[in-house]
Amino acid sequence: MAETNFDLIVVGGGPGGYVAAIRAAQLKMKVALVEANHLGGICLNWGCIPTKALLRSSEIYHNMQHAKNYGLTVEGLGFDLDAIVKRSRKVSRQLNGGVGHLLKKNKVTVFDGYGKLNGAGKLHVEKDGKGIADLTSKHIILATGARARELPGMEPDGKLIWYYKDALVPDVVPERLLVIGSGAIGIEFASFFHTLGSKTTVVEMVDRIVPAEDAEISDFLLKSLTKDGMEILTSAGVKGLKKGKDSVTATLEIGGKTEEREFDRVIVAAGIVGNVENLGLEGTKVKVDRSHIVTNEWLETGEPGVYAIGDVAGAPWLAHKASHEGVLCVEKIAGAKGLHPINNDRIPGCTYCRPQIASVGLTEDQAKERGLKVKVGRFPFQGNGKAIALGEPEGLIKVLFDDKTGELLGAHMIGAEVTELIQGYGIAMELETTESELMHTVFAHPTLSEMMHESVLDAFGRAVHF
Amino acid sequence: MPIEILMPALSPTMTEGNLAKWNVAEGDTIAAGDVICEIETDKATMEVEAVDEGVIGKIVVSGGTEAVAVNAVIALLLEEGEDASALDGYTPSAGGAAPAVEAPAAATATPAAPAPTAAPVTSGSRVFASPLARRIAADKGVDLGAVTGSGPHGRIVKRDVENVKPGAKTAASAAAPAPAFTSDDPVFANMPACEAVPNSNMRKIIAKRLTESARDVPHFNLTVDVEIDKLLQMRKDLNARENADYKISVNDFIVKATAYALTQVPDCNVAYTDDAILKFKQVDMAIAVAIEGGLITPIVKDAANKGLATLSKEIKELAGKARDGKLMPEEFQGGTFTISNLGMFGVKGFNSIINPPQGGILSVGAGEQRAVVKDGALAIATVVTLTLAVDHRCIDGATGAAFIKELKAVVENPVALML
Repeated sequence: MAETNFDLIVVGGGPGGYVAAIRAAQLKMKVALVEANHLGGICLNWGCIPTKALLRSSEIYHNMQHAKNYGLTVEGLGFDLDAIVKRSRKVSRQLNGGVGHLLKKNKVTVFDGYGKLNGAGKLHVEKDGKGIADLTSKHIILATGARARELPGMEPDGKLIWYYKDALVPDVVPERLLVIGSGAIGIEFASFFHTLGSKTTVVEMVDRIVPAEDAEISDFLLKSLTKDGMEILTSAGVKGLKKGKDSVTATLEIGGKTEEREFDRVIVAAGIVGNVENLGLEGTKVKVDRSHIVTNEWLETGEPGVYAIGDVAGAPWLAHKASHEGVLCVEKIAGAKGLHPINNDRIPGCTYCRPQIASVGLTEDQAKERGLKVKVGRFPFQGNGKAIALGEPEGLIKVLFDDKTGELLGAHMIGAEVTELIQGYGIAMELETTESELMHTVFAHPTLSEMMHESVLDAFGRAVHF
Repeated sequence: MPIEILMPALSPTMTEGNLAKWNVAEGDTIAAGDVICEIETDKATMEVEAVDEGVIGKIVVSGGTEAVAVNAVIALLLEEGEDASALDGYTPSAGGAAPAVEAPAAATATPAAPAPTAAPVTSGSRVFASPLARRIAADKGVDLGAVTGSGPHGRIVKRDVENVKPGAKTAASAAAPAPAFTSDDPVFANMPACEAVPNSNMRKIIAKRLTESARDVPHFNLTVDVEIDKLLQMRKDLNARENADYKISVNDFIVKATAYALTQVPDCNVAYTDDAILKFKQVDMAIAVAIEGGLITPIVKDAANKGLATLSKEIKELAGKARDGKLMPEEFQGGTFTISNLGMFGVKGFNSIINPPQGGILSVGAGEQRAVVKDGALAIATVVTLTLAVDHRCIDGATGAAFIKELKAVVENPVALML
């Protein structure tokens, strides 16, 4: 008979769950992982990774379209959407297998099914409606993730109305595309399809796109996308969608006026909701607030021995936040010393539209809301030799320092490759450097990272190259 | 090779200090034992004596420089036969990384006898702190040596120097700084002309610690009047003894009586911490001494087990050193209880602010003849008002009352002190 008693059970095999399971195994715990669909979760199978694969294709396509700028000739340029999608799926498959291998290497027992709490310290696992195992453990981590928020009257049909899963495996590049929502997911898909030739319209409810970013970055992106021919409608809404044979008529509300517009496809990216259903939470002390499980700073729910990490435990909805929470939660269970709750002000975020966006820490508005007096530094890509040489003169790096202490409060970047640059500031924040150490750091030339230096210098009126 | 004179560590935890002033100039010839400069730490100013003889070749760190790191080169001494050209192209072997063994060789603090303070700087004394924590600590006047780090490997990080309130979880909920005016605040525009005296290190420490204490420590006070006629008689007898080489004061008696009462009620010789109440096994009595520009609290160690004559002499010596600014850090850091006496100013009674992390402080008023009722009739007695302030987090009302009752009993019948 298979072992059913574990030191730790993790429900969900995404970047939160599988990392928690591996960390627990490293700490000599006997671990079970329950996953119903794919190891690696949404991130690896239907999120972060496959979208990056798609966006890499569109990026290369864009560069080839502009080959002339680099003295290159391209003839017969085109793309095969089917092959692009196939490549993306292959990337996911490869990494999915990698996670399975890692779990095996760490002797984590994987159960293929849905987990449901079944009394204190008990978990019932079901597959296709049939019970396949009853597990027991003093500690159960819920890492069931989240899914797209469905808008009433705009449910996905897999044909005309797409959600992220449909948009990841498109059968056509729509001629006219409507994207509802301008968060990271919406703007990445808009960027992908627009580059491949869709006439794209983005509708955003609030007054600026990528609303989680610094307002200056939103503004920069708006100008860049508009210049590129994308239509951006802010402070706008979609009142309804009327499906035709092979098109959709959308009723848009812009500035109080309604307008009917026809599109070939619609992508809905209007936020996410936590997967809190069918977990057996009823009758436990686990509290759910607006589709997310409520935890304290140690990821403990109201029910002793039950923990929640990652997307199901609330914002920010980021894979790296989920992984970090998984490690923290497990180490806390193991009684490790010197642990500290995660500081949300030091979690970086990246969006892979073109131009890319990366940020960490407070936005200027957030800093002001907290009553902090800030010193702001900016440096444009136009002032950087490497950016010019790359043919990427469009972008900006902005940094915020606490005027009193010199603490690096936030960094906001837009432009080529910034997603690979942000971690420099992330490390600086975690090590609690002030502007002084950043100024004394020698940045290699010629690199885009030199702009990170210049931006810090600029905050103190010392930028050299601008 | 010029000899490097390094910034000395005046206490095991000192990481930096202010180089207050130089008593010598470049070109001066000095002999071993000459006072060459003065170093200012949190509370004390100390003279630094030369160990080697020679000619001051170069003063590297000028007088009045704040926050000079321990072991930084502060001056270069030319040996016999060397002239200024020896300095050409000379690079100091550098900052805090200078070999520890050179520290005592080059310079030592004036009171050379108490060896621990002049001991070589060991790696254990290096304070690991993030740059941001260092800056915040410097702004606040916090001594990093006294801070426990919660970062990786005990590194001091922002939350350690910033979060004063226990249980504070995030920076946002950290204690708000005490409201204070800056000297250029418009409110002063309509006030009479004034002279702005910059805050000394001591003033900053007093302001910070007492603000924190008054704000964060829940104080309550207990007051009793005690008759000291018997005590005065005993004092008179003791001081009148032949060959008495001491002169015991009323305050000495009260120090002794307080230390004794604390041994009887040890629950008042305590400190509150987040995870435990620390019960001290010995009474180290801090005594508030007014000095120029502020006050300082030298400490009589193990006061309960010292005789009156010894106590009296020690207090006199410490108070003298305090007024001369010559206290060693371990002579004013770490008491378990404080006594403050303003009786000499005729103050009848007063409330003091606790000096954290101590759990209590006793305020002593003037001894004066007062009308008292004894056996239903008016009588005259010499009376002192004693007011105890305690930290309610670790000392409750009944415990404080038990202590002050014991104290009153022993002051009124000081013969118990002979036990």
